[in-house]
Amino acid sequence: MTVKTGSPMVEMRDIRVSFGGVHAVDGVSIDLHPGEVVALVGGNGAGKSTLIKTLSGAHPANSGQIFIDSRPVTIHNPIEAKNLGIETIYQTLALADNIDAPGNVFLGRELRTRLGSLDDSAMESATRKVMGRLNPRFLNFKKAVGWLSGGQRQSVAIARAVHFNARVLIMDEPTAALGPAETAQVGSLIRQLKDEGLGIFLISHDIHDVFDLADRISVMLTGKLVGTVKKEEVTKDQVLGMIIMGKLPDEVTQAELADLHG
Amino acid sequence: MVTAPQETALPPKRSVGSLLGAMEIDTRLLGMVGALVVIWIGFHILSGGTFLTPRNLWNLSVQTAAVAIMATGMVLIIVTRNIDLSVGSMLGVVGMSMALLQAEILPGILGFDHPLTWIITLIAGLLLGALLGAFHGFIIAYVGVPSFIVTLGGLLVWRGAAWALASGRTIAPMDSSFQLLGGGSRGRIGGPASWAIGVIACLGIVFFLLVGRRQRRKFGFGLRPVWAEATLAIIGCVVVLGAVAVINSYPMPEALAEQYAAERGIEVPPGGIALGIANPVLIAIVVALAMTFLATRRRFGRYVFAIGGNPEAANLGGIKTKRTILMTFALMGFLVAIGAAVTTARLNAGTSGLGTLAELYVIAAAVIGGTSLGGGVGTISGAALGALVMQSLQSGMVLVGVDAPLQDIVVGIVLVIAVAIDTLYRRRVAK
Ligand SMILES: Nc1ncnc2c1ncn2[C@@H]1O[C@H](COP(=O)(O)OP(=O)(O)OP(=O)(O)O)[C@@H](O)[C@H]1O
Ligand SMILES: [Mg+2]
Repeated sequence: MTVKTGSPMVEMRDIRVSFGGVHAVDGVSIDLHPGEVVALVGGNGAGKSTLIKTLSGAHPANSGQIFIDSRPVTIHNPIEAKNLGIETIYQTLALADNIDAPGNVFLGRELRTRLGSLDDSAMESATRKVMGRLNPRFLNFKKAVGWLSGGQRQSVAIARAVHFNARVLIMDEPTAALGPAETAQVGSLIRQLKDEGLGIFLISHDIHDVFDLADRISVMLTGKLVGTVKKEEVTKDQVLGMIIMGKLPDEVTQAELADLHG
Repeated sequence: MVTAPQETALPPKRSVGSLLGAMEIDTRLLGMVGALVVIWIGFHILSGGTFLTPRNLWNLSVQTAAVAIMATGMVLIIVTRNIDLSVGSMLGVVGMSMALLQAEILPGILGFDHPLTWIITLIAGLLLGALLGAFHGFIIAYVGVPSFIVTLGGLLVWRGAAWALASGRTIAPMDSSFQLLGGGSRGRIGGPASWAIGVIACLGIVFFLLVGRRQRRKFGFGLRPVWAEATLAIIGCVVVLGAVAVINSYPMPEALAEQYAAERGIEVPPGGIALGIANPVLIAIVVALAMTFLATRRRFGRYVFAIGGNPEAANLGGIKTKRTILMTFALMGFLVAIGAAVTTARLNAGTSGLGTLAELYVIAAAVIGGTSLGGGVGTISGAALGALVMQSLQSGMVLVGVDAPLQDIVVGIVLVIAVAIDTLYRRRVAK
């Protein structure tokens, strides 16, 4: 699908993160090109969230390197990531439940009037605009987001990542709480953003969504990268084999594949 | 997506709920006003008709000021999921420092009753308060000791320090200009100025309603119905002007009025000369307005609430959470210093027991005013109203002649009930 030319916009090389003795991420290397969706898959606790948190500045890596446009960078905190054009939708959503949708979308980057006060009207207006693109049925702009449904909250988190014209979007299970219509909406949003040239890391447990949206698939198992494959070159079963057994497609026997289906 | 402006017809059924909804009035705030009315009428009856008199209400307003000033800061502390148990002791040590400075140190340098004494004292006190608060905040935010422990330590340390500063002596009297901060018959602004402030407040209410409306129309958001806006404006103005009328119907003591009239070559009018709003009350009003502005219109306030709502989200949003926490405690210390100035000025003395148990009144005021101990929720206006409720209870009990130990029992029970109501309310809302 996407023609990969030139160097990647993001390259993470040999990233390691450990918590106490646990190697949550153990020497993983992945990359991302403009206009590309790379799916990051793996079982629970495989280390997907931990890996991308080193890119979004939420958590430091113990070792490894990150290159943006082939230049080495160190990302110490979320602000530095955002300044590099990296926006993140966290698995936990990272919303302040007591604050309304516009307040959350602009959290840490509030619009202000000339006198330096919060410009709530401008923030609400901008939020209505992004939401229109994302989830037109979202109308609760005045309620604290803690009062909203899981799907509406997720919409707020997505709106925040999309509003600031990111170059790189990290989506950690962005549709986990969404209904079918909203999931489809996010799917078409991802395609649209991809066409605009954004690079997207998509973490998902839904293998159908992954095949639907991704160009390449990176599989993790217990902190290690099993491998990265092009979507057109593998079947869903082969990817399942990588997720569960940690074996690349050509290492798996027919018998083992059959086993996957019980 | 922009919703059409909702300036449509009234809802078909005018239930009380929909009326309040249209005016966007908080039911909790209303509950508090209701509680206040019950307390006032109750004490009025129990005291044989002496509670709801201009004299008593004027005194009540003065006594409420210090607690209200500090409660506005406590709201922000509790919103960030912290607590400050040291405010009473900080009030003690800052009050003693200001008393010593103006009564024993500055006179030696500047001479007695120097016109600069009061302002130097006040500024030094404010700095000291902010510094003590910042010190607490530093240990809490950067060292990571829970605020409960740090300020519990502060409660003991600063009370001890207040004693040690003068070996327990009472320092009096205060500088004559400084005394004006405390109210009393000279520390007030007079009748005409009080009316002027009332009128300005009314214009302010109308102005903000209009600006809010224009802003919402500009962005095409839903508008409150016109009748709701008008009702809000009328209620607001009636409350403000009514309060001024009550305050202004409390006259100066006769002797003072005669002296006052003689100085100006006028006759004392039949109704006497109004004292007007007391300085500490004016200070409390200014503090409450400034704190409301800070909490709702400035980034700092937004960050305070974000930290209370979800500290992790605040961090991921790039908010400097530690610095923000430190600043809330510094602000608390600053407000305690204002409270200390008002209190020492009113007592015309500094004592080592100054502000004892104030932390309980301040925390109770914030909590009764709707600040949730779970963090993330609270309003400045609620806390100010909560302070009025607490002070009404206490003054009422004094007026009725309830013994001091029994007063403490009542205050303690009210505090627990307030938190229980908050807990139940939140549990119901969570469903
Ligand atoms: N803050 C932390 N402290 C200690 N251990 C952690 C922390 N965060 C993650 N871990 C551990 O790191 C490992 C990887 O966790 P991670 O959240 O990255 O997995 P994941 O692939 O995102 O899983 P899921 O699909 O369930 O979201 C797990 O063993 C987890 O227990
Ligand atoms: Mg995860």
